[in-house]
Amino acid sequence: MAGPRYIADSADELKAVPLGGLVAIFHRPSGITHLLAPPAPQILEALASAPADEEVLLARIEERFDVEGGAEALVPRLAELEAAGLVRRA
Amino acid sequence: MKHEHRLKVGPVTFRVGSQWAAPVRQLAELYRDYPAADAVCDFTVRLEAEKPWRRWVRPSVAIRGDYMLPDAVPMALEHGLLAAEMGMNLQMALGYRRHLLLHASTVERDGRALLMTGLSGSGKSTLAALLGEAGWRLMGDEFALLDLDTGTLHPFPRAVSLKNQSVYVMEERAGPNRLGPWLKGTPKGAIRHFRPSRDAIERMSEPAAPALILFPRYGRDLEAAVRPVGPAEVFVRLTQASTNYVALGERAFDALTHLVTTVPALAIDYPSTEAALAQVEELWAK
Repeated sequence: MAGPRYIADSADELKAVPLGGLVAIFHRPSGITHLLAPPAPQILEALASAPADEEVLLARIEERFDVEGGAEALVPRLAELEAAGLVRRA
Repeated sequence: MKHEHRLKVGPVTFRVGSQWAAPVRQLAELYRDYPAADAVCDFTVRLEAEKPWRRWVRPSVAIRGDYMLPDAVPMALEHGLLAAEMGMNLQMALGYRRHLLLHASTVERDGRALLMTGLSGSGKSTLAALLGEAGWRLMGDEFALLDLDTGTLHPFPRAVSLKNQSVYVMEERAGPNRLGPWLKGTPKGAIRHFRPSRDAIERMSEPAAPALILFPRYGRDLEAAVRPVGPAEVFVRLTQASTNYVALGERAFDALTHLVTTVPALAIDYPSTEAALAQVEELWAK
């Protein structure tokens, strides 16, 4: 059975600036700044205006980025992004 | 207010008033080389008696103004000059929105600025004051003002609050005429204020492009050391060092990310002021 589906704000709601290995994100709707480590920025990009469950999300990310530990590894990151208000249930 | 002094520091104008003559007179003397401000100032600081009778009985100064901290502890009248300084700092920290305000010191040479930030006690104020007497222009020891449009730093060359040993170091370098009165037994210890050089005051409307960010750390037992600081860490440290980053929103994000991705940053440990001056000169030459 498919797990919950997630969605992130569209790309024009976020401003991302790479800072070394991390990415600073300015979230326009909340005005909050976040500093994210991989694979969190990739998750946001893959979910921008396009809902997906963990499996679909993994497939989208792995087109351009290797995720160690598969879909399982995304679960805690999704929970963190959800808590931060950057990702919500679709 | 019975006694009043208006002054301009960099792009900001202050009106400092009091029922007592002494703190206003001391302030006017300390800032005697600064331009006077127009009638309408950006910020007002009022040094008032905590209670009406405390104007006369054990005089006690409450720092009030456009922006106030409700729990601020009143100070003794003999520390009134410090109260005026703290009042001006408070207005900046709570009310200033024209530039991104960073709790940092800045010096300039050849049109390029060196930004130094660190925890209280890191020595950034003394270092900036020393550099200001050693071929650099002191732009400010307390607040750096980052322009949100141009990315340049604006001077805010307030008097430098020096503690304990730093007082003697600066007196030796610049002479006694640049120092305000001794304020002993203050909440910050024994302090004296140091007036920046005439050149620093005359050029306080000249911004400079940031060229290097330093995170100095003083410790008598530290070995002199230099290490690079990555842009993410610099970004976090500077957001923490800013009082208005959140209030300024996306423009502050843009200005700060631009700063940290275009200007190199280093952390330096130093065991003495001589070592620090040598380190700064060496790093600047690279």
